[in-house]
Amino acid sequence: MINLSKRKFRTMATSSTLLVVLVLLLSLFAGACSPSPASPTTPAATTPPVATTPTAPPTTPSSPATTPAPTTPKPTATATPAPTATAAVPKPANPELILATTTSTADTGLLDAILPMFEKKTGYKVKPIAVGSGQAMTMGERGEADVLLVHSPDAELKFIQNGHGINRRLVMHNDFIIIGPSGDPAVIKGAKSAIEALTYIAGSRAIFISRGDNSGTDALEKKLWKTAVIDPKGQTWYQETGQGMGATLNVAAEKRAYTITDRGTYLKTRKNLNLDILVEGDKVLLNVYHVIEVNPQKSDKINAAGAKAFSDFIVSTEIQEFIGKFGVDAYGLPLFFPDAGKPE
Amino acid sequence: MDLIVEGIIQAFVLLVHGDPEVMRVAALSLGISLAATVISLFIGVTLGTAIGLTRFYGRRFLVSLINTGMGAPPVVVGLIVTIMLWRNGPLGVLHILYTPYAMVIAQCVISLPIITGFTMASIQQVNPKLRLQILALGASHGQLLWLLLRETRLPLLSAVMAGFGAIISEVGASMMVGGNITGQTRVLTTAIVMETGKGDFGLAFALSLILMALVYLVNLVLTLIQQRSRPR
Repeated sequence: MINLSKRKFRTMATSSTLLVVLVLLLSLFAGACSPSPASPTTPAATTPPVATTPTAPPTTPSSPATTPAPTTPKPTATATPAPTATAAVPKPANPELILATTTSTADTGLLDAILPMFEKKTGYKVKPIAVGSGQAMTMGERGEADVLLVHSPDAELKFIQNGHGINRRLVMHNDFIIIGPSGDPAVIKGAKSAIEALTYIAGSRAIFISRGDNSGTDALEKKLWKTAVIDPKGQTWYQETGQGMGATLNVAAEKRAYTITDRGTYLKTRKNLNLDILVEGDKVLLNVYHVIEVNPQKSDKINAAGAKAFSDFIVSTEIQEFIGKFGVDAYGLPLFFPDAGKPE
Repeated sequence: MDLIVEGIIQAFVLLVHGDPEVMRVAALSLGISLAATVISLFIGVTLGTAIGLTRFYGRRFLVSLINTGMGAPPVVVGLIVTIMLWRNGPLGVLHILYTPYAMVIAQCVISLPIITGFTMASIQQVNPKLRLQILALGASHGQLLWLLLRETRLPLLSAVMAGFGAIISEVGASMMVGGNITGQTRVLTTAIVMETGKGDFGLAFALSLILMALVYLVNLVLTLIQQRSRPR
């Protein structure tokens, strides 16, 4: 008898512990799922770049850019008159907006910096999916994204021509650079053009790391090889990672290899790389970003209003100014140059 | 080596300061994986018990499928779930792609075969004479099931640990169906992949330590429950 009741008690205790743990964890989950008003930042709280600006005011920091340390909250920022901050956040009919974009905009932290501003101003909830430009456009083509921020001009024009997108607008540019080990085994430093540099690399069979993921960077690189009339595919010195820019830079650093990267991602990850800029400034190395709204006629599921709101936002004077200053604090020079409204 | 030291220090700093974003990412990781474990626990135990106790045509084939499912590659599961949940996909009306709910679904699919398989094996391992004895003592079918499950609670808790361990450490499916969106679907594993991609190895390592600590804590709780009563 005593034995039985003891066992019963034990079972009860066990199951009640389980229950308490479950309830606790589920409530934790519910809390985590619900959107918190605090503007999201990357977990990279300890890294200096602008990605971590939890207190970034909705307006661009009009204060002189000489005050660095964006990680420290600036209580004065909220005190400055910000008309949009006091106004209630508007509630769009369909708040869910899928932005398909490139890994470079995510890896540089630019998206993390501007999306909270956009969400605060317009009430849209953006789901940025960072993939290569190629995949981003495929998502648009399938109607699985609403707006694209991409940098693969040839493919973009095709995308528009095929009726998948509308309203392609210039947003910003930076440039591509050819980087490699400081020893420079293929002696490309001083090459007159990017094409010449690639010819040297192919000639010396020095290892070259390619994205190989159909991204904007990959498309440019393939175009350069084609112009140089070299087919590197299948060569032992030509290796494809199939990954984003950041990951590809890591591989190139580890293999002491050459690669082509956008300057923004390079500046952001430079400290771990130990790779030097060897060729830059060639006109063919220009890296131009456009925003494209996915053609709403494709399907009624596309959030056309949201796409337009985002496009208008990113080419607005306010955000263009912000883009021009982005990265200056951390790197001494901007990662992107604003271009909205300029001729192509 | 310095990276490891840096990572350990950074992990402590993040934890001690209670960095809100890291806390949120960790809580989301834990919440999604626990919710998925609980759901697949209910379904899996039911299925496993049913399959373990009955004999029907094609049973061995079904069991072989479940056993294969125990090793299903998360990235394949992720791809299938993504295609299903696309706006223009068969389940697009749900509008849950790139939300934690989609991640719970994908993780359920991954852990379900594990829990089902473990349950089935442990139910079958109980001496069949015990079943007869329980029934002979006049127990109803409900009581029989309850007693059998109690009899197998040790392996069942192992099933929970295996299922949970498989999904909290999983990155392929979470990345695909969640999209690693800041503040919405970023979990520890996808954050680790992202920080590694950014070349921030110290932070990536710190997040890895936090993930491992979290997995250890959950398993510690489960182990304590499992080992609480003397195995008979």
